[in-house]
Amino acid sequence: MTRKSTQPAPEAVNGSQVRITVHHVTRVEGHGNIVVDVRNGTLERCELEIIETPRFFEAMLRGRPYTQASHITSRICGICACGHATASLRATERALSVQLSDQTVLLRRLVMHGEMLDSHILHVYMLVAPDFLGVGSVIPLATSHPDIVKRALRMKQFAGELCAAFAGRHTHPIAMTVGGFTHFPSRQQVEALRERAEALRADVDATVELFATLPYPQFERETEFVALVQPDDYGFIDGMIGSTDHPPRPVDEYRQVTNERLAVHSTAKHTAHQRESYMVGALARFNLKHMHLHPRAQAAAAHLGLSAPCFKPYYNSVAQVVEIVHCVEDVVRLLDTALERGIVPEDPAPVTLRPGARGVGAVDVPRGVLFHEYQIGEDGLIQEANCVIPTGQNLGNIDRDMRALVPTLLSEPEDVIRHRLEMLVRAYDPCISCSTHFLNVEFVGK
Amino acid sequence: MLAKPKIAFFDFTSCEGCQLTVIDALQTHLGLLDLVEIVQFREAMSEKGDDYQIAFIEGSCTRESDEQRLRAIRQQAMIVVALGACAHLGGVNAMKNRWPIEDVQTYVYGQAGRNLYESYPARPISEVIEVDYAIPGCPIDREEFVRIVQRLLQGRKPKLPDYPLCVECKLAENACLNKLGKPCLGPITRAGCHAICPSHGDGCEGCRGFISEANFTYMREILRGHGLSDVEIDAQFTMFNYYQLAAMGADAPLSQINGNGHRRHAADAEVLPASTFAAPKEA
Repeated sequence: MTRKSTQPAPEAVNGSQVRITVHHVTRVEGHGNIVVDVRNGTLERCELEIIETPRFFEAMLRGRPYTQASHITSRICGICACGHATASLRATERALSVQLSDQTVLLRRLVMHGEMLDSHILHVYMLVAPDFLGVGSVIPLATSHPDIVKRALRMKQFAGELCAAFAGRHTHPIAMTVGGFTHFPSRQQVEALRERAEALRADVDATVELFATLPYPQFERETEFVALVQPDDYGFIDGMIGSTDHPPRPVDEYRQVTNERLAVHSTAKHTAHQRESYMVGALARFNLKHMHLHPRAQAAAAHLGLSAPCFKPYYNSVAQVVEIVHCVEDVVRLLDTALERGIVPEDPAPVTLRPGARGVGAVDVPRGVLFHEYQIGEDGLIQEANCVIPTGQNLGNIDRDMRALVPTLLSEPEDVIRHRLEMLVRAYDPCISCSTHFLNVEFVGK
Repeated sequence: MLAKPKIAFFDFTSCEGCQLTVIDALQTHLGLLDLVEIVQFREAMSEKGDDYQIAFIEGSCTRESDEQRLRAIRQQAMIVVALGACAHLGGVNAMKNRWPIEDVQTYVYGQAGRNLYESYPARPISEVIEVDYAIPGCPIDREEFVRIVQRLLQGRKPKLPDYPLCVECKLAENACLNKLGKPCLGPITRAGCHAICPSHGDGCEGCRGFISEANFTYMREILRGHGLSDVEIDAQFTMFNYYQLAAMGADAPLSQINGNGHRRHAADAEVLPASTFAAPKEA
């Protein structure tokens, strides 16, 4: 699958012949190439190639004890390790009829909020912001805008410590296990986190201010949005599969939404539901359940110029900023609840093994909805496994966005087209080690 | 060592969690950026330089095209460091080596996709190029990374402990999980992570690799004592160390997984003891 950069230097640009290839798109998680081929003014080819090496996690799970599944699958991705672990645990728990305690549900939510913050902060500050601040990466940013980098690191550190307090570590979580947790923080630790979460508001406000000043490309294309929905909550774990085109479905019917298929140019499978493609992630969640955001997050959205329905893919980063605001507020609320109830060490809830038990786990991780499905035998060994990853679900939509975008850019210099496409792909925050991996832009014939 | 060495990060088959851990290390050690010049780090930056002295490599080698990239890196770098379990041991990627590659390809991509994407059994990078040092773990330990970089900058050889995790677990004053009836590979696993998993109530899974004097027989007995079946014990041993154990061939302490043609990929490879590579080159 590796495409060699053997293309000759592009010829003079006249808008009718454009060949662009971007190999190994940077500042994304994983490996991908963007390929654009315009001949005689016609867009012949425009796609995101996924060249990450295939990893075969689903195959590897076969024959392994169910107790190992969440620790193995968290290794699918260093960024959404807690999300994979949670989806894996929910699949196992639903297969083995495990009833979680209220405390476990609460602590899992806190871990997912921590991961959402960690991932979004990394993405908007370190991967997206350099595009707008005229630097190649966060490294020169540390010299040109030290306050911004220090703020990002400070916020990220809090997010990591939130995950660590409950899960032991963000990459890769340790204490989350089937039916509950194997470790519980002290009251003092939780109180200290609560204090720090509240103190983080100044940094959150500064984040909103910074991102309100950036000039996002206004490209827009109507599409379907898919996210997990819950009554009266902007939640990330469990719920129904919501869509802007279709009534909500139970998570057990996820295959009717994802309809995975192979794409030759991608080691990650593509998906389609009501249209040729759909979008998952922060913008999809915002479009489907913005009414459940914390009032401060709603105010931030208004300030950032984000309102539902928003069909501008570059605004996915803006929706991530809005979710940062929401998560910090919700963390304060959830920690208050934890302190009110007190965190009591408890044994994991029991499992019920039976022949051929199947279960689906669904979690809206930073990049969108993630599904794990397992079949577990009476001996506790996994018989079948299937994982559908958010970035895989977005790939078809990215291709279609690029095809709609490129014709509007043909009068621009190649560098501008290339940069705009890279930014588009980056806005989706693709996580290619998950979906398998990501990015390069290949312009094949300008 | 050079005054301000140029360093580069590379990733092969992995979750990139070790590179994220490097980024996280900057939260507490931002000063590192003054001591080195990072010329390549695809996950974090667009700038790209091919002039570097130290290469940190994350991920396993899982396809032929990886070998060329690895050799090119080796040719350029004065020092090559394996970053994390995938590069160091083969890690979780090698669990797939239990089956013929066609089987795992068909399982994930279907009949139509079985030959679509290049892949072969996963290997540690030391099977392809000479590796100077390893920073073990899944993921790496942030402090150990900083410590090893410090030593490299001082022109000293990084050292890894070759004693079991139990030593650190005792120092942390943890109750022994094996005594509490929870499976833990601490007695045979290389220390250096401050027993982070047992300290959070979860048994060690061996991500740092085994110590040179690992007593697999007694470890198996302990695990049997917890009521684990042979299949479950093999699964414990092989989450991160499938490659090492399969390479031991008939000597591997496995009851089920071994002995079924699950040898290392390279036909000519000699059998290494599990810990040869991980040991520091010089004290």
